[in-house]
Amino acid sequence: MTWLWRRGRALVVAAPVLWLGLFFLMPFLVVLRVSFAEAVIARPPFSELLDWADGLLTVTLNLGNYTFLVEDDLYIDAYLNSIRVAFVSTLICLVIAYPMALLIARSKYRNLLLMLVILPFWTSFLLRMYALIGLMSPTGFINSALALAGIGPITMMQTDFAVYAGIVTGYLPLMILPLYSTLEKLDESLLEAAHDLGAKPWKAFLTVTLPLSAPGILAGSLLVFIPAVGEFVIPALLGGPDQLMIGKVLWTEFFNNRDWPLASAVAIAMLALLVAPIMFVRNALGAKE
Amino acid sequence: MKRGWPLLVGAGIGFALLYVPLAIMVIYSFNASKLASVWGGWSVQWYGELLANDQILTAAWVSLKVAAMAASIGTVFGTLIGYAMTRFGRFRFRLLLSGMATAPIVMPEVVTGLSLLLLFISMEALLGWPAERGIDTIVIAHATFCMAFVAVIVQARLADLDVSVEEAAMDLGARQPRVFFDVTLPALTPALVSGWLLSFTLSLDDLVIASFVSGPGASTLPMVVFSKVRLGVTPEINALATLMIVLVAICVGLAAWRMARAGKG
Repeated sequence: MTWLWRRGRALVVAAPVLWLGLFFLMPFLVVLRVSFAEAVIARPPFSELLDWADGLLTVTLNLGNYTFLVEDDLYIDAYLNSIRVAFVSTLICLVIAYPMALLIARSKYRNLLLMLVILPFWTSFLLRMYALIGLMSPTGFINSALALAGIGPITMMQTDFAVYAGIVTGYLPLMILPLYSTLEKLDESLLEAAHDLGAKPWKAFLTVTLPLSAPGILAGSLLVFIPAVGEFVIPALLGGPDQLMIGKVLWTEFFNNRDWPLASAVAIAMLALLVAPIMFVRNALGAKE
Repeated sequence: MKRGWPLLVGAGIGFALLYVPLAIMVIYSFNASKLASVWGGWSVQWYGELLANDQILTAAWVSLKVAAMAASIGTVFGTLIGYAMTRFGRFRFRLLLSGMATAPIVMPEVVTGLSLLLLFISMEALLGWPAERGIDTIVIAHATFCMAFVAVIVQARLADLDVSVEEAAMDLGARQPRVFFDVTLPALTPALVSGWLLSFTLSLDDLVIASFVSGPGASTLPMVVFSKVRLGVTPEINALATLMIVLVAICVGLAAWRMARAGKG
């Protein structure tokens, strides 16, 4: 029986390791391989790296995709712009989410309010972005209302503003929930002590509440920043054609230009320059706590 | 504790951001006019057109099937991962498993989608499988990120559970598989339910990964919605969104009601 049991344990580990090895790890090796290929008109549209001819194995590594990424400003601009947009939206999210989380944590109706935060989060992301189009488009709600007042129309769609609005409304619940869970645990007697010692409410907030909620701020910011930086749906639907974000660039290279090797090189660059640092930061923060 | 007005105003802005776009979409779903800028009176015609739209209905059915399968596979594998990470102590491949189980969460969707598609194409060339991309390949792709989320939830729940109950069962002679099914699993049920539901929603919501790994035969609901929305505002989508909001509201309300009852009982 112990023999059988040891087998069972091994199986519990082996099943997910095999699945993730095949469908998570392997794909990156394939992407790495394709990123060194050349785009050709064929099915699939990339060249083979290995050539077995006359008993001789030749390996052709094409570094052209990577040199192209560095030489063409488009890719570096898109990368930097993605980081900038994600960073600014994370800050806006934090500023809007903080009072909400604080209100919920101190409210009598916290369960109801929490439900109101979770409800949009479970509603389709795509449909919520579509709702923003209805709000901001040239013939949308805001401009129709402004027209009645004799103002406008204001161009909102296909601007930076629309992208920020999309990211902030889309990811707001992800910022509120971790903030709420740290603020909820906050010992109220600390605030009472600050009050008794003569601290004004804003001073008590800055010196007690804010520093103690740092873990929630960090967790929420990562939850918003990480998906925002590789976002495709929001820049594609709300942003303009000149709105460069790295996720949209990869999509365009793949679906519109059918340059699979270049798209693969973009993916490898995103892994090295975005995912690796984010994993590093996450692990460093996790180790500290 | 007295609440200041800045707090109320700030929170009000936040809730408005979440709900005003949805509310306007719901109202427009009853607009008789096709133009968003014109109010043509109340009407339910878009609901009728939605229910007569075969493309949307077929896609919705594909999405529901994919989400149910992906969530189920993801929950089983995610539970295995969470259990191994919290109850097996040190074992071979532990670091590899924990790395592979957390990475899908931080991976940009475009990267996951592209890499899985290239894997499927290479596998097809080498093994002849998958001969055709469609529901199967989307399920595999979705199950892979679902198990990562389930693993996080299960791990958190198992870390909170008192190990001494399981140890007591083992001291009384129960073997670990028996302990798992009789003691651990029942205590884990709420985590499994929320993990499954989260997986189901994430799968139902995914546009990017499905677009990469799907074939010509299978379009999910987000893929159809995206292609329609790109062409402009379509009133049927307002109706679809309203139905989904109502459905989610009912589910969230029921869950909250059950939780409140369980809290009292």
